[in-house]
Amino acid sequence: MSFIEISHLKKSFGPNTVVHDFSLSIEKGEFVSFLGPSGCGKTTILRMIAGFENATSGSLHVGGVEMTNLPPAKRNVGMVFQAYALFPNLTVAGNIGFGLKIAGKERGEIDARVAEMLELIKLPDLGDRYPYQLSGGQQQRVALARALAIKPQVLLLDEPLSALDAKIRVSLREEIRSLQRELGITTVFVTHDQEEALSISDRIVVMNQGRADQIGTPSEIYNNPATRFVASFVGTLNLFEARVVDPATGRVSIDGQPVLTARDISTYGIADEATVALRPEALSLGGGDGDRNALTGTVEEVSFLGAVIRVRVRLREARVSLDIFNDPALDLPKIGKPATVSFKKDDLLIIDRH
Amino acid sequence: MKSNRLGHWLAILIGTLYFVVPLAATFEFSLRKLRGIYSFEAYRVVLADPQFQSSFTFSVGLAVVTIVFGMAIIVPMAYFVELRLRKLRPLVEFVTLLPLVVPAIVIVFGYLRLYNSSSFLPLTNSTLSTNFLLTCGYVTLALPYMYRSVDTGLRAIDVRTLTEAAESLGASSATIIWRIILPNIRSAMLSGAFLTFAIVIGEFTFASLLNRPAFGPYLQLIGANRAYEPAALACMAFMITWACMGIIQVVSRNAVAARP
Ligand SMILES: Nc1ncnc2c1ncn2[C@@H]1O[C@H](COP(=O)(O)OP(=O)(O)O)[C@@H](O)[C@H]1O
Ligand SMILES: [Mg+2]
Repeated sequence: MSFIEISHLKKSFGPNTVVHDFSLSIEKGEFVSFLGPSGCGKTTILRMIAGFENATSGSLHVGGVEMTNLPPAKRNVGMVFQAYALFPNLTVAGNIGFGLKIAGKERGEIDARVAEMLELIKLPDLGDRYPYQLSGGQQQRVALARALAIKPQVLLLDEPLSALDAKIRVSLREEIRSLQRELGITTVFVTHDQEEALSISDRIVVMNQGRADQIGTPSEIYNNPATRFVASFVGTLNLFEARVVDPATGRVSIDGQPVLTARDISTYGIADEATVALRPEALSLGGGDGDRNALTGTVEEVSFLGAVIRVRVRLREARVSLDIFNDPALDLPKIGKPATVSFKKDDLLIIDRH
Repeated sequence: MKSNRLGHWLAILIGTLYFVVPLAATFEFSLRKLRGIYSFEAYRVVLADPQFQSSFTFSVGLAVVTIVFGMAIIVPMAYFVELRLRKLRPLVEFVTLLPLVVPAIVIVFGYLRLYNSSSFLPLTNSTLSTNFLLTCGYVTLALPYMYRSVDTGLRAIDVRTLTEAAESLGASSATIIWRIILPNIRSAMLSGAFLTFAIVIGEFTFASLLNRPAFGPYLQLIGANRAYEPAALACMAFMITWACMGIIQVVSRNAVAARP
């Protein structure tokens, strides 16, 4: 049995079922993200783990102990909220020490632990401040320290970075990850930001309408999306409805142009529709030589993104976006000019039928 | 544009006169107890009256008990409504407004019928239990004001998330109310408390019909029997009310200043 064992969890609010048959095992020390669009049920699952919502059916075990119906105060789970939720009447030190005080710890022990936590979140001198005297990023770090001070079995974070500026968002997420590694604490992190999830997780659960569409490592999720939903939600994949020409040799046609895939499509029949995907960074402009696939069309848009340049090429009906590295010596593709886009046959992904 | 502004000033002037003239006249009258000179003689007489002292003390005591008792009921109720029963809020608001709609005289006759000496719960039999009944009546009267102010305080904080944060840190409901909720709605509670204080100090109907020696009936007694003292008392009552309002202002301004 894994450290956290969620099995067949279901949650309905009245007639609305918002989480369907959700199962997941999380190992001790693992960092798992729930990724999905707003309203897909991420928060609801997290709240069931924290004990704020009761599951309609299914069970939850942490460390081998059944927790399904335990009240939140008995779960020893640390929670960080999007809105920080620091206690406005308490100082930073008072906030961090709150859980220890509730647990009846001695003054000296509390002070020592608070100092240790302040050191950990790199705000050693702010213990006497009140929450309203801190920036958003600082408040969220205090909230993190408060959740960790009680040495919880599990750390839960519900979109903790969503209210912060882009720069702080990135630095704080790195900080959260390194703290998590240092403490080895089992963590569940909820986000709707795919880059965030890809950058800090051991594993990602991609959620879609109350179900887990795919559970896997960031590279599995990114490189081999299991469903069309995952493919379109994670990354900026080019998706096409292709027609299978020859299942045995992997020949399909995209927008009428024949290409080859290295993936196994032998379960498809001739003329079946198949959803295929191409990552923008797997494509390059020009050259269909050797065993590279080529698609031809006209350049429709060129956007300068700094390190990369994103080019959109229109085939007949479909459009394909590709990224090329910025190089001052390079001539930018001209809008309206014909262009050839090429890629290896390994890079043509087949999204499973569901 | 110009005439418009003139209109504004005229409206303000009329409003001010409407309030200030009777008050100034009352104050002026209260100073004329001694023939031919202005003096505070009427105030001295009132303040020296043992009945004034006892009735005022009685009412202050009653006000304090009413506030404590009322808050002990209303804070947890408003908290749980906000936390778990938001759908019930319109109903709760309606119920808390009822005392403003139902006249005090109706409420107190209801009490007298229900709790008279030959009823199943004869609260009017002893002084202590009558005082208790009076306190309950005052809690009812103050309900709209106390509930409103507490509710305003609760809405200013994120009750749900703060509660959940505290719960996940192991706190019980009682601990959460005591350590997290109360300190954060203190100024809202204080303004409710001072309003309640002002109401209880001047209340007449309940105290009179339950025959308790409160400040309201004393005001009425003096008003019926003396000339200058009632004016002095009226001015003092205004001062007390204004002091309460002033304290509410200061308290709520401080609360705002503490959280920019
Ligand atoms: N207390 C509730 N009562 C009724 N519906 C709810 C409640 N909480 C959440 N929902 C519904 O459940 C769905 C999932 O919500 P949530 O878990 O918050 O999504 P996410 O966190 O992924 O954005 C939403 O459609 C939301 O409206
Ligand atoms: Mg959410």
